[in-house]
Amino acid sequence: MISAFLAGLPLEAATPADLLAARQQMALSLGWHIVFACFGVGMPLITLIAEVLGIRTGDPVYRLLARRWAKVMGVLFAVGAVSGTILSFEMGILWPGLMGTYGQVIGLPFSLEGIAFFIEAIFVGIYLYGWDRLPPKVHALTGVPIVIAGVASAFFVVTANAWMNQPTGFSEADGRVITVDPWAAMFNPATPPQTTHMIVAAFMVAGFGMASVYAVAMLRGRRDRYHRLGFTIPFTLAAILTPVQIVVGDWAAKFLHERQPIKLAAIEGVFESGKHVPLHLGGIVIDGEMRYAIEIPSGLSLLAGNKPSTHIVGLNTVPEADQPPVNIVHLAFQSMVAIGFALLALSAVFAFVWWRRRRLPETPWFWRAAALAGAGAAFAVEAGWVTTEVGRQPWVVYGVLRTADAVNPAPGLRWGFYLVTAVYVVLTVITIVVLRRMTRSTPVPDEITNADVEAVH
Amino acid sequence: MEAAYLAVMWGGLTLYLLLGGADFGAGIWDLVAGGPERGRRQRDLIARTIGPVWEANHVWLIFVIVLMWTGFPPVFAAVSSTLYIPLTLVALGIIGRGSAFVFRKASVQVEHQRLFGAVFALSSLLTPFFLGVSAGAVAGGRVPPGIAEGDLVTSWINPTALACGVLTVCVTAYLAAVYLTREAEREGEADLAAQFRRRALVSGVITGAVAIAALLVLRSDARALYDALLSGPGLVLVIVSVVAGVVSLLLLVLRRFLAVRLTAALAVAAMLWGWGAAQYPEMLPGLTAAEAAAHDAVLTASLGALGVGALLLVPSMIWMFRIFQRSDEPAQHG
Repeated sequence: MISAFLAGLPLEAATPADLLAARQQMALSLGWHIVFACFGVGMPLITLIAEVLGIRTGDPVYRLLARRWAKVMGVLFAVGAVSGTILSFEMGILWPGLMGTYGQVIGLPFSLEGIAFFIEAIFVGIYLYGWDRLPPKVHALTGVPIVIAGVASAFFVVTANAWMNQPTGFSEADGRVITVDPWAAMFNPATPPQTTHMIVAAFMVAGFGMASVYAVAMLRGRRDRYHRLGFTIPFTLAAILTPVQIVVGDWAAKFLHERQPIKLAAIEGVFESGKHVPLHLGGIVIDGEMRYAIEIPSGLSLLAGNKPSTHIVGLNTVPEADQPPVNIVHLAFQSMVAIGFALLALSAVFAFVWWRRRRLPETPWFWRAAALAGAGAAFAVEAGWVTTEVGRQPWVVYGVLRTADAVNPAPGLRWGFYLVTAVYVVLTVITIVVLRRMTRSTPVPDEITNADVEAVH
Repeated sequence: MEAAYLAVMWGGLTLYLLLGGADFGAGIWDLVAGGPERGRRQRDLIARTIGPVWEANHVWLIFVIVLMWTGFPPVFAAVSSTLYIPLTLVALGIIGRGSAFVFRKASVQVEHQRLFGAVFALSSLLTPFFLGVSAGAVAGGRVPPGIAEGDLVTSWINPTALACGVLTVCVTAYLAAVYLTREAEREGEADLAAQFRRRALVSGVITGAVAIAALLVLRSDARALYDALLSGPGLVLVIVSVVAGVVSLLLLVLRRFLAVRLTAALAVAAMLWGWGAAQYPEMLPGLTAAEAAAHDAVLTASLGALGVGALLLVPSMIWMFRIFQRSDEPAQHG
């Protein structure tokens, strides 16, 4: 029988195919969840801004925007919540070697995240279903805990990932954890740059993502006040955060230089240590050498340590078995940074036109770019996660536990991956179809009245 | 320390079963509500009832999982590695239930609503089944300590685990019927209340019968657990469960729909705590709670965080249930 067949297989280690399947399943589930989590963190604030403006001005356009955004938020939040639950299962299903030993070290931030997520879920329920049951100002106030708890959730979860990059707050002997300081583990050195980077990214994805929808409408000729405001509120928030994010990103890279130099070396494809190390734009590593890249002399040294003579640690300081795959990390990082600067340019155009003319840009090129900004921001987040996760390989806990030693040795993991992939493909298609139909089934009227606002349910 | 921590975790599991479980149960009643026209009012009642609260109720599961890996990491690793097949199915069921539920609400076309409704209802049946199966695998002692040390198939395809799966489905459906009876009455839908009352009675009797049958399965398949359930604190809780279950049926007959919520919940909770008491202090074969527990520093920090969190959570949760339990018409605001 199947079980006899399975039981006959050795369980010492997972096959390379199963290890790869486990990593891909985790990447897929995480990568999928992250996009929804970004909207879960960012969208409540943007919706709340519209709601408060609506209460202050009594303008039905703001109120209608808030109501319609809240409806979309409801769908995104629910899908984000269930896809996040899968991750907590997968932590054990795929990585029992990590959780069985270090679950207690990173447990505290997850307990705190549980509380934050609870608060979020409770107030999302109240917010989404309470429009007619609460006075407007009380209703707006119920949005505040959603924003705070959303940011807090993101913070707590990312501290656990930061710990995987900078494992602190515990000691071990013979593969057993002997002492734990859960607060030290949570506030590890990587926590400040990594959590800041992710939280800012979440607001950018939500802001550019929501603005993209209205940019498409603008291109189709819908330039009424509803669509202009629908664009301006989220885009302004994202545009303000974009330069901030570039500074935070620089901080995160300088942090790698100090604390995780091998990841920085992989990002830049630096094999030999040295001073005056150039910055590589583009390029591909072939046979242990970066080729076809545009080199900016001493660029990396300058960025990492603010002076051209800064010493950069190369990949060859560690054995080949301890080096992350360079090309994936380099390409992912370059994509993220390129998109970041493109979004900065777009934000600058927006700010410049607003400053000089007090209106939105008119050139279709701006709107075409803005229509792509949401997908671009989401792609940049994915690329950023690929950079940090693949850049940590072969370690799941940097310098402490290898990914290959953490994976579930049970046979057949890849079938779970195929199944999960199929489910996510279907879910992605359906989510898009449902959201499109949702907005199209009740078109926005040309003259928006309070009756239109009340009609949203 | 680990006993207090385990009790908090078990409390979370109890609340998940009583609240989140009932949301799944409501989905099971959605499955059998009949064609789109005939079942529409039942489905609307179910959607109205669970709509605002299911996400918060669902968080109890995450809460239990996180408490388990924090407080008893080797248990979490052993359970999730050996039971990865049923737990993957649970995870997919959770995705299917939650997303199909919101997709149905967001759709306008009847055929889409039917499709999403079917996925919602079917996954509401399968998710508690596989959760119950996984619990039964642990209860039956089929999940040894260590990573993937148990049999990947027979650990959960065995009489005890399957009986627990069926029992879990019955319990969730029964709880949902009890809660929905009161919801229908509160909303003044007398015919729906009568319908769910009948279902509560029938599913209550079936659940009792399945529980007895499950006990007999344990007798031949998991003798140690059976003996522990029928002696000491296990027996006390089994008796509490039986008495509360019988009282619930009487209260349903007498149409005391508010009171029966409490007794039905008590019957189910006592069953869960009976299992816990019967198995304590052993969590997995040869591994006690004290041996599996994380360091005290971790348990203290987590319990402390939860204590502070409870100060925020409890009032919020009470407020949420109060807002959506108010029987007055929605207030009008201009």
